[in-house]
Amino acid sequence: MKNTVILGALTIAGLSAGAAAAGTLDDVKARGKLNCGVTTGLVGFAAPDANGEWKGFDVAVCRAVAAAVLGDGSAVEFVPTTGKTRFTALASGEIDVLARNTTWTFSRDVDLKFEFTGVNYYDGQGFMVPKELGVSSAKELDGATVCIQTGTTTELNLADFFRSNNISYEPVPIETNAEAQQQYLAGACDVYTTDASGLAATRATFESPADHVLLPEIISKEPLGPLVRHGDNEWGDVVRWTLNALITAEELGVTSANLAEMAGGTNNPEINRLLGTEGTLGEMLGLSADWGKNALSVGGNYGEVFADNIGEATPIGLARGLNAQWTEGGLLYSPPFR
Amino acid sequence: MSDISFVRTEMLPEQAPPPSSVGAIGWARANLFSSTLNTALTLAAVALIYYVLAKLVPWAWSPTWNATSLKNCREILAELGREGHFSGACWGVIRDRWVQLFMGFYPAEEYWRPIAAFILLGVALLPILYSDKVPSKMIWFTGLYPFLMPLLLWGGSIWTPIMVLAGFVLAYVVYRALTERMSELIGLIAAVVAAVLWWLLAVSPLSGALADLIPLGLEPVDSRKFGGMMLSLTIGVVSIGFSLPIGIVLALGRQSDLLIVKALCVGFIEFIRGVPLITLLFVASTLLNIFMPPGTNFDIIMRVIIMATLFASAYMAEVIRGGLAALPKGQYEGADSLGLDYWQAQRLIIMPQALKISIPGIVSTFIGLFKDTTLVSVIGLLDPLGLSNAIRADANWNGVVWELYGFIALMFFVFCFSMSRYSMYLERKLQTGHR
Amino acid sequence: MTTLTDPPKESFRLSMLIYDTRYRSMTIQIIALIGFLLLLGMLVTNTAQNLATLGKEPSFRFLGEPASYDINQRLLEYTSRDSHLRAALLGLLNTLVVAFLGCITATILGVIIGVLRLSSNWVVAKLTTIYVEIFRNVPVLLWIVFTMAIMIETMPAPRAFKGENPVATMALNDSVAVTNRGIYIPEPLFSRSLGDVHLLGQGSMRFDVSLDLIAIVLVLGLSLWGAAKIKLRADKIQEKTGERPRTWHTRLGLIVVPTAVLLVALGFHFGYPELKGFNFKGGTHLRNSLIALWLALSLYTAAFIAEIVRAGILAVSHGQTEAAAALGIRPGKIMSLVVLPQAMRVIIPPLISNWLNLTKNSSLAIAVGYMDITGTLMGITLNQTGRELETVLLTMLIYLSISLSISAVMNWYNKRVKLVER
Repeated sequence: MKNTVILGALTIAGLSAGAAAAGTLDDVKARGKLNCGVTTGLVGFAAPDANGEWKGFDVAVCRAVAAAVLGDGSAVEFVPTTGKTRFTALASGEIDVLARNTTWTFSRDVDLKFEFTGVNYYDGQGFMVPKELGVSSAKELDGATVCIQTGTTTELNLADFFRSNNISYEPVPIETNAEAQQQYLAGACDVYTTDASGLAATRATFESPADHVLLPEIISKEPLGPLVRHGDNEWGDVVRWTLNALITAEELGVTSANLAEMAGGTNNPEINRLLGTEGTLGEMLGLSADWGKNALSVGGNYGEVFADNIGEATPIGLARGLNAQWTEGGLLYSPPFR
Repeated sequence: MSDISFVRTEMLPEQAPPPSSVGAIGWARANLFSSTLNTALTLAAVALIYYVLAKLVPWAWSPTWNATSLKNCREILAELGREGHFSGACWGVIRDRWVQLFMGFYPAEEYWRPIAAFILLGVALLPILYSDKVPSKMIWFTGLYPFLMPLLLWGGSIWTPIMVLAGFVLAYVVYRALTERMSELIGLIAAVVAAVLWWLLAVSPLSGALADLIPLGLEPVDSRKFGGMMLSLTIGVVSIGFSLPIGIVLALGRQSDLLIVKALCVGFIEFIRGVPLITLLFVASTLLNIFMPPGTNFDIIMRVIIMATLFASAYMAEVIRGGLAALPKGQYEGADSLGLDYWQAQRLIIMPQALKISIPGIVSTFIGLFKDTTLVSVIGLLDPLGLSNAIRADANWNGVVWELYGFIALMFFVFCFSMSRYSMYLERKLQTGHR
Repeated sequence: MTTLTDPPKESFRLSMLIYDTRYRSMTIQIIALIGFLLLLGMLVTNTAQNLATLGKEPSFRFLGEPASYDINQRLLEYTSRDSHLRAALLGLLNTLVVAFLGCITATILGVIIGVLRLSSNWVVAKLTTIYVEIFRNVPVLLWIVFTMAIMIETMPAPRAFKGENPVATMALNDSVAVTNRGIYIPEPLFSRSLGDVHLLGQGSMRFDVSLDLIAIVLVLGLSLWGAAKIKLRADKIQEKTGERPRTWHTRLGLIVVPTAVLLVALGFHFGYPELKGFNFKGGTHLRNSLIALWLALSLYTAAFIAEIVRAGILAVSHGQTEAAAALGIRPGKIMSLVVLPQAMRVIIPPLISNWLNLTKNSSLAIAVGYMDITGTLMGITLNQTGRELETVLLTMLIYLSISLSISAVMNWYNKRVKLVER
């Protein structure tokens, strides 16, 4: 009998407010916190530091959304998810948005009933091999042992690639990046394959990065982006346009350094609309007028977030590549704020 | 009368044993080199110990405690002329993260709460574990502890546990009042109904109102902030605590003559014991929300605790069933001959004895569950093992393996070993007391 | 005078359902049943409702779709074009393999260590105690990860076998290669193979069995049966005449010759592993994920079995040992002929539950990337199809049937060896 009571007490303590029934936006506002799904740890994209503060590229998206909605970039509960638990966590309403370098695919969008709100990192699956193997193309990998991270689209791409090229391989599925790295370094696999960004980040922390090369083949398209549940378009819009705000801000030259100044009003009407000094974009989203300014005040624009977390100045050292603005030959192209 | 025969009339003094059979040499001969096989075994064992230590000690002896990153560690070791993969451990990661490995993401200024909760747990367990040495009044604190622990760990208003506790008082009052006037059974039923109604309807508005009136309480802490060893301990302790009463009911059900009740209990126990914990954890992480009424939404740690409780109760039921079976039949018959009914006999005669002899089993169930909490890392919770992955996702510590695993293994070993030693002590104590 | 009357016939009152012990048990059972059914109904309706909200209909059709992923350890033929069902079947076989191997080694190790713990040799007794305590008190998941990491870090990579002056060389006359990708051992090959027999059709459940294997097992079985017959006859003669005819050479010949002839007829030879390109080719590859999982599970469970064995041995009364010693039996023989057989009765029930635990713990294969049923059905398939309900329930069902069959067989055996008690 005793246990029922305590269970009751715990139920009260454990019931988190509201599920997916009402609009997510209202839920988040009522709760005062954004529940954001991230990885359990991926170098550069999401990891807790010694004080338990989450840092990383995906984390920055969560913080920007929280700032846009609640005006506070720290009003985020980070929910670590694995490749297997992430979709259920989102579908069941446990998290409001999933920013966990998740590839935008047809079946995830249509069959699993999620809505991808854009792309925050254009990636592709690549291969890393030790230089001493003397391999220059992935097609020379016949018979190689390949380390793959499971729970992603990676293993499917890999199976398709080797099958279509009619070469054999030995897959070694591995749960986490850290273990894959260990196996690769010890020579338990010849090749390590995952998203090219992950490979670069992993290589950067090696004792001697120069001994390893990334092969030129990128065997898949991996548009990674934040996603929300299907059917809640208001919320989807909030996440989509927060991401777009970060991208547009870089394009328009709004940085965290000049944000305060620009928020006072500029000659560029689009900047004014973005920062809420002109027009009613915030109101249309159901947010405050200065939502864009709030979102940018956390970590700056897209370029700054990139540079701070995974850019060339960091140990991870990723070049912008495809993730440069469209004006600079990249794929980042935000619809206009109008 | 001649004195030709010689009979010794006094004993010779004792001779010292041969030097080879006393002291260190004698001991070694008797214990280490008594036969060829024994000598071979000894030499093999010593060689093994030497081999392991020769690998381990130089690696572990590494002045990297203050290093700030793996790179830094490598620099420190390179300065000492120690190059290569296994040249030395990088202990900086432990210095940097040991607090996190124990406390997870719990707010730093509230660290006293989990510490207090687990120390008080020890205090609350004293009257049960050392019943002969502690004043029996302490049992009241043990009864209060289940309400104190959630308050300390999760925080929130002090009124909620008090109101929940009040439900028990209400039930007791109803029971006494109705038992005297009508029958005991009606009293019992009415008490349960009153308590359940109270908890369902009155607790949350009342405690809310009281909290508005007198805002007493602790800063609420989300269970998502739980992590590291503290998460493992919480899951272990809470699940075992809940599983004990459920286990008792299941064990009684399994022994009862009621066919349907028995079938249900056996089915439940065998089902839970037949599947791996990891599948139950997957149920917690992916399915439990689907099974619940629409609109309810437990957070993941609550769901894990629920499934771990179900898991532990099945094992607990078997432990208690063992205790019940070990009780001499005379005890049951004695209870019957005193005219006690089933519940009275259970409450006054059977259960106190059966539970007492099951304590070692309960402790080992707890150790098992506590070790199994590492499985939650597979579903993305940041227990020590999960955290070790998250820590390695920090660019500073990417590539650190052995130091973290070793530290975590040591933490678990210290906890589990001391518990198993206690359980063995208890077993010895109970044996002399009982047979 | 009193009139003889029947005792007043009790009419049924509602309160009798509670107060009358004849009906009370019925009442309780019916309430329990109703409660259970209500709970079940609630679960089902909730699930249906929640799934409808999510727009997912429970269906097992995904099992027929192509799995699109590769499995490294294949006991049956499989390509990434095969269905999810077949992937699950392969996973199940992998689970069974590691559980079977693990149970055997864990038992052997456990018995040895349990006996050694009682050894009079101080170093050995302490060392085994340390072993048992360390392994019992650290989570098995950590042991699995540890073992894998140790194997990866300490064994040579295939690269090390290359070159003029290789760092590592193959063992046992170039027939076994121990690498950090696993161990390559010679494989049995037949140059005049009889082919395969296809069982269970050509679908997802197709199951090819080599006819060579069947033939060998059949011949060997017949020989063994014949040898047993000869032994039986020798026993009879010994009973009658007191003299035992020498039969060991006929028996040995009967066992060895037909099988050997068959093997030669089939063209039996070994295929040796050879370093080609990135990897060793040929031979049987015992992957390090299998070895790590197998080893870790065995070592962990052996620590528990050692304790059971120790307790079992201590449970055999000391008089038995003394009596055996008085009969002049040597200490080693006392253990194997007198003590262990009696200890068996105490040992077997907890031993079974440890085998069950090992089988269930094999689900942690996921930590080292061993593709068992959790790795395939509840792993990649779940992740690719998003069918949590179906895959998880199916996996639970499979484990449940494995556990129940093991305990059924073992309970049957246990009943047979049980001491008939007064």
